[in-house]
Amino acid sequence: MKKARDVVVKTKQIVKKHKADKSSLIAVLQDIQEAFNYLPKEALKTAAKALNLPFSRMYEAATFYTAFSLKPRGENIVKVCTGTACHVRGASALQDKFERTLCIKPGEMTPDGKFSLETVNCVGACALGPVVVINAEYHGQMTMNKVDKIIDKIKQGGAQ
Amino acid sequence: MINLIIDGKNVTAKKDTAVLEAARAAGINIPTLCAHESVSRSGACRLCVVEIKKGSRTRIVTSCLYAVEEGLIVDTKSERVQNVRRLVMELLLARCPESEVLQKLAKELGVDTQPRFVADTDKGKCILCRSCVRVCEEVVGVSAIGLFSRGSYKAVGTPYNEKSDACIGCGACAYVCPTGHIEMETTENKRKIWGRTFKMQTCDTCGRYFAPVDQLKYISKKTGVSLKDLSICMDCR
Amino acid sequence: MKNIPDTQPQPIKDDLRLNYGPNKKFVTVCAGTGCRAYGSLKVKEALEAELKKQNMNVEVLATGCLGFCEKGPMVIVHPDKYFYQSVKVEDVPEIVSKTVGTGEVISRLLYRHPETKKTLFREEDLPFYKKQRRVVFGSNGMIDPTRIDDYLAIDGYQALAKVLSEMTPEGIISEVKKAGLRGRGGGGFPTAVKWEGVRKAQGFPKYVIANGDEGDPGAYMDRSLMEGNPHSIIEGMIIGAYAVDAHDGYIYVRNEYPLAVTHLTIAIEAAREEGLLGNNILGTGFSFDIHINKGAGAFVCGESSALFASIEGRAGEPRAKYVHAVEKGLWDKPTVLNNVETWANVPLIINKGADWYSSIGTEGSKGTKIFSLVGKIKNTGLIEVPMGTTLYEIIYDMGGGITNGRKFKAVQTGGPSGGCIPESLLDIPVDFDKLTEVGSMMGSGGMIVMDDRSCMVDVARYFLAFLKEESCGKCVPCREGIRRMSDILEDICAGKGKEEDIELLKTMCQAIADGSLCALGGSAPNPVLSTIKYFREEYEAHIKDHRCPAGVCKALITYSINADKCTGCGMCIKVCPTQATSGEKKKAHTIDNNKCTRCGACIESCKFDAITVE
Repeated sequence: MKKARDVVVKTKQIVKKHKADKSSLIAVLQDIQEAFNYLPKEALKTAAKALNLPFSRMYEAATFYTAFSLKPRGENIVKVCTGTACHVRGASALQDKFERTLCIKPGEMTPDGKFSLETVNCVGACALGPVVVINAEYHGQMTMNKVDKIIDKIKQGGAQ
Repeated sequence: MINLIIDGKNVTAKKDTAVLEAARAAGINIPTLCAHESVSRSGACRLCVVEIKKGSRTRIVTSCLYAVEEGLIVDTKSERVQNVRRLVMELLLARCPESEVLQKLAKELGVDTQPRFVADTDKGKCILCRSCVRVCEEVVGVSAIGLFSRGSYKAVGTPYNEKSDACIGCGACAYVCPTGHIEMETTENKRKIWGRTFKMQTCDTCGRYFAPVDQLKYISKKTGVSLKDLSICMDCR
Repeated sequence: MKNIPDTQPQPIKDDLRLNYGPNKKFVTVCAGTGCRAYGSLKVKEALEAELKKQNMNVEVLATGCLGFCEKGPMVIVHPDKYFYQSVKVEDVPEIVSKTVGTGEVISRLLYRHPETKKTLFREEDLPFYKKQRRVVFGSNGMIDPTRIDDYLAIDGYQALAKVLSEMTPEGIISEVKKAGLRGRGGGGFPTAVKWEGVRKAQGFPKYVIANGDEGDPGAYMDRSLMEGNPHSIIEGMIIGAYAVDAHDGYIYVRNEYPLAVTHLTIAIEAAREEGLLGNNILGTGFSFDIHINKGAGAFVCGESSALFASIEGRAGEPRAKYVHAVEKGLWDKPTVLNNVETWANVPLIINKGADWYSSIGTEGSKGTKIFSLVGKIKNTGLIEVPMGTTLYEIIYDMGGGITNGRKFKAVQTGGPSGGCIPESLLDIPVDFDKLTEVGSMMGSGGMIVMDDRSCMVDVARYFLAFLKEESCGKCVPCREGIRRMSDILEDICAGKGKEEDIELLKTMCQAIADGSLCALGGSAPNPVLSTIKYFREEYEAHIKDHRCPAGVCKALITYSINADKCTGCGMCIKVCPTQATSGEKKKAHTIDNNKCTRCGACIESCKFDAITVE
């Protein structure tokens, strides 16, 4: 768990890297999320001051764009592709399977902090549909069977 | 001066005038909800749509934002226009079933609720016209409130729905809100708005409570006028 | 007006072209995102290790996407150009000793024609590629996208050199006009007219932007161009900037495309080093540079004014376009916004000429278009065809027809702004105007093929659910209207549809199309209207009979076990999350419909195809 002071320091560094340019707001948010795996409130407040923007503007962008999470996310982020090609190949049944297995809905994190589930609207790997991306690794032609195997492997600490 | 035809009537208007203003000046009424004189236009409610014809092309545009053009033909009551207005009202009535302002407007436009739209219970009277956010940004300049999230989750408020340090309690947002959605409670020496309670300042001359201390402090900071000099109410000036 | 400079642009490296001469031995491995997911990078590493082991000084190139995504990982051995598919790491030693070493071909790795059963040796022999005309996309297979030298070796930046030394800005625009290039992002707007508008506009500075937001689910052409041949886009943008007198450019890339961002970043850096970007390009005094902006998960940011808002650091909400972007775009300045594929076509037009370009395609739609062919199709992948190719040719000749022996039902084009095209219209030639005529649109190029097990009402429901999530929320018709339509479609799919729903949907569609602020809301009705138009019986079956003929809508179907096929193996009992299946070993099982949630787990695990859907 990052200390509040670390968040402030890191955030200021990020804004400085973008030359405190107001139009780099989204890139700043992306870097903050990269650093902390989500957007801490303290980071948004610090960035607002450093960019000389109203706090409401930061929150507006943070809540408008779905790439950002205002809540901490799990160690392993499971993204189920729900694009049209994957949908037609059964992505929604796959999503249900993940929900049952992890006992969370998209946008939520498991209580032990190990997994977060998200849906994503097309990752552009349609030939492999249905696709699930786990920690930036693409798993194509997913089946409900494979879901158990992969989740178990991660739980046992297997490298992804 | 630009010459155009609105509902068959010859109308002249200055360059850069919006069709809405040109129509109103000619006595033609076009309903609006999100246009307020003190803030910029956003074209969000779509109630003021009109059908325009340029050459052979017709188009549906919002009259609040479309500038007059030479030879433009405008129809403010065509079938397409009426359909859009009807749908907009039906949708807003379903979103804010308790709003008296909407109910009155619907009656004027001859629109009923659409039974197939299940009424919302969590939107209050907010139609997301954005007048409050715009006034806070453009006129007051503090942007204490904003528009958050996207699509049907979009809502007006303070970040994290928590007390905003930036808010000065001026109440401009409540003033411009067309439906009375924003709750502001002013009692004696206190004002409550957006979850914060503001202490009110008394007038040096008549002793009445007239404005939040924070608002005067903000004006003082912005203008350089001292707090003491600002502590006189409008009536006593 | 810029003077044609006295100094000639520095000569592009001629010696590089000799490097990749017709007899050179080298191996290419497709390294697009799709093939990487198949493990193509491991195959590349294995090839390099094996070549070293066998003491062969042969280069292995990780190239851009080749398009035949169904058959990845793909390995092509040059100079013979033997096309190997579905290559595994275990195949590598044999490939190196036989094909690279002695030119011997390995039959089992070749493509086998599904009907004639003949093995086919080269890309151009494969039915998937035969009718394609890969003038833009084809370069992907010849280059490692992270090496600018490879791009220079295939005449990269020759068009730029020609433009800067021989042509005027007006001349460039006139050439693009003669070529008849229309935007490839979905609007199909004549590119030259847009450029002309910006050139003439008052206001400085001017901007050129590449729209790489590619939000249509199922479309990944732009992704593969940005990853596989980033320089083609950059070159196009420099030429366009020169034509309109812009000195700053942006490429807006979707957040979900990290490899594209990486390759574009590398390419821009390399171009700067070669003096092709930045100040004083090729010594001509013209300055231009490109900045990359990443999206953050908003489909609406593919819309021009929303894209501008995003670059400006705000929420991606569109604004009314009564004054066009060519006059007031990014920061209210004259802006050219073109799709990534449109930009990639520009160097081609300059190099080969407008006459050559306009000889391809139809009267109203010149050139080629890259499509993503996905869904229930055998040969999933990216194809590039001349405008005017018919849907039939695309789906059957190139696509190989429907998977699992099922029947074609519809092809969805244009993404969430498009519509579904039924079998009766498969002969239509694909071009901008024809697709719009039948109620769909070309859009960015996604083509989603559906079979008789796809429910068209579910398709409409799916798109509206998508649009509901992606709506920016500014205007009432889109924010509230799409949500209400989505609710009605959910009702219909759940068996709660009402008699008057179809007419109500049609009325709402008209008002939403007319009243919405931008094209997201404006075209949201298309999937609904096109499915009602061509598949009304399915809607009626859902509403009146509470039946889903395609067997998709969970609330309207039941699963049962065919006792003749069931062997009592117990697999379905094992996987059922609600214990709805039961039965003794070796005896036919049964499903309790009260517990069954139609999740599909049993169907997936049954090896005997014993579960039927009604």
